[in-house]
Amino acid sequence: MTTATEPTAGPAPLVELEQVSKYYGNVRALEGVSLQARAGEITCVLGDNGAGKSTLIKIISGLHGHDAGSFRIDGEETRLAGPRAALDRGIATVHQDLAVVPLMPVWRNFFLGSEPTRGRGPLRRMDVEFMRRTAHAELLRMGIDLRDVDQPIGTLSGGERQCVAIARAVYFGARVLILDEPTAALGVKQSGVVLKYVAAARDAGLAVVFITHNPHHAYLVGDRFVLLKRGTMAGLHTRDAITLDELTRQMVGGDELDDLRHQLERPEPDVPRGAAAADEERRRP
Amino acid sequence: MSPAAPAAAAPADERLLRTSPLRRLLGRPELGAVVGAVAVFVFFAFAADSFLRASSLSTVLYAASTIGIMAVPVALLMIGGEFDLSAGVLVTTSALVSSMFSYQMTANVWVGVGVSLLVTLAVGAFNGFMLTRTRLPSFIITLGTYLMLIGMNLGFTKLISETVSTKTVADMEGFPEAKAVFASTLTLGGISFKITILWWLLLIAVASWILLRTRAGNWIFAVGGNEAAARAVGVPVRATKIGLYMGVALAAWISGQHLLFSYDVVQSGEGVGNELIYIIAAVIGGCLITGGYGSAVGSAVGALIFGMTSKGIVFAEWESDWFKFFLGAMLLLATLLNHWVRKRAEATT
Repeated sequence: MTTATEPTAGPAPLVELEQVSKYYGNVRALEGVSLQARAGEITCVLGDNGAGKSTLIKIISGLHGHDAGSFRIDGEETRLAGPRAALDRGIATVHQDLAVVPLMPVWRNFFLGSEPTRGRGPLRRMDVEFMRRTAHAELLRMGIDLRDVDQPIGTLSGGERQCVAIARAVYFGARVLILDEPTAALGVKQSGVVLKYVAAARDAGLAVVFITHNPHHAYLVGDRFVLLKRGTMAGLHTRDAITLDELTRQMVGGDELDDLRHQLERPEPDVPRGAAAADEERRRP
Repeated sequence: MSPAAPAAAAPADERLLRTSPLRRLLGRPELGAVVGAVAVFVFFAFAADSFLRASSLSTVLYAASTIGIMAVPVALLMIGGEFDLSAGVLVTTSALVSSMFSYQMTANVWVGVGVSLLVTLAVGAFNGFMLTRTRLPSFIITLGTYLMLIGMNLGFTKLISETVSTKTVADMEGFPEAKAVFASTLTLGGISFKITILWWLLLIAVASWILLRTRAGNWIFAVGGNEAAARAVGVPVRATKIGLYMGVALAAWISGQHLLFSYDVVQSGEGVGNELIYIIAAVIGGCLITGGYGSAVGSAVGALIFGMTSKGIVFAEWESDWFKFFLGAMLLLATLLNHWVRKRAEATT
């Protein structure tokens, strides 16, 4: 296992996990996982289904507490009380199911849970004009030119909804952005659009934690790669220390992939056997 | 982050065909109900000669308001994704508590009114608390409350009054004032109408304000539309739902006091079945039964359809048994229409 040592140079990590473990009863969901998220960098967490990616997200986003190890925000040992506490510390999570309400207009979704208000007492009301204007402007800044902020968010495409969720997190001053499989359900083109916004968030100075099971997408944008397998760390690499092929191999589990290839190999067809053999002969030097 | 001149910054978008006013109208949740209300109105205007008289319309509005007062918070609750099957009998509970407390304590009726408010709100809070604690379906929780309230309404009344109705409070201190607030008849331009219509309009206005312009309104749509998402972005889901149940309780209190002060006595077996009428009014008014969509005004139109149908049948001198048939047919038609309208509205965005 090529566990590279974490370079200590550069900016201090905003979020740092060290040897973190989580158990659900007698099930080991996560054990001894370490991860650092730095401002202006994209940390990719790669793993197959059941590798512990979701558990890892839940710990960082405050939905679950960790059972062992150390969880530091700004170098300070922390235990988050809930998602709200995580948000207050600047950790925003864009969940796979996106945390949007499909039937509500885009502008209402954009500000959901943090609606700006004006007036006081019984006249305290949402600043609707500001909300609509800002939602439109912020999405435009991310390069999404929305037809109508009044349209239900459920009518946007999957990629657009991801982008709205990312724009929302950036607008609300997130310093750490956790993206849970943002490209999982998307086509090639839509994935490209989302990856562009992931990069835009990085360029805006956020620390991005990008969870995925697609090494191609990870390698396009990632600075460092944490590989999870069955709840444990299977590797930690920086971008310059690994190739895409190697990353893919490690993620799938190189030997398993060879096994699979072997199992799926087509048996030699029977009828043109002679021709195939002749072919084989010819190719031999 | 400067949202400077975004309107000017946004270039004309070729995808954005100017939304026609008609399309905007089609997108309103209460459209189906309004079409239905107009149809019912025209129907009875022809079917019953006396239907268009001012006094008849005042009667229709009164019938609509007694349902509408409850339909408004029930609609909000439904937008928030929940039901309240105990709403109908809670009205009776509220009236009974008010009446029996004042009578037994020989206190000013306002004391009973106040105690009733506390008890009624407590029942609402209980519904909300049980729902958010146990996470059982609201259908089960409020069905339980519904049955318990029916039993308690009859049981306590028999225990205290020794009959199934309460003793009259008409000769007690404070009664005239309370009647003026909850059950008086006002005259405006020669037409007399019940004060419940004002209560109803007030509730519609307040509920619409909350729903469309406040943070709480945003949260109501969100907890009904996608509870998990709402929780994830920090919406206080529990408080929102408990608040919605207490809103139903508040309206039940107003209705209950109206019941008491217009008849002086309360029949303890009343209210059963009304909970469904409130829900029907909300659904006819465009509330999505699965939550996340609807309006307070829609529920008012639904209640108006109810009022026009129930009284229109009387004015047309038909058997009143046909009322239920009409209500059922309206419910089916309105729901189908709403469904169709929403599909169209969403398909064309």
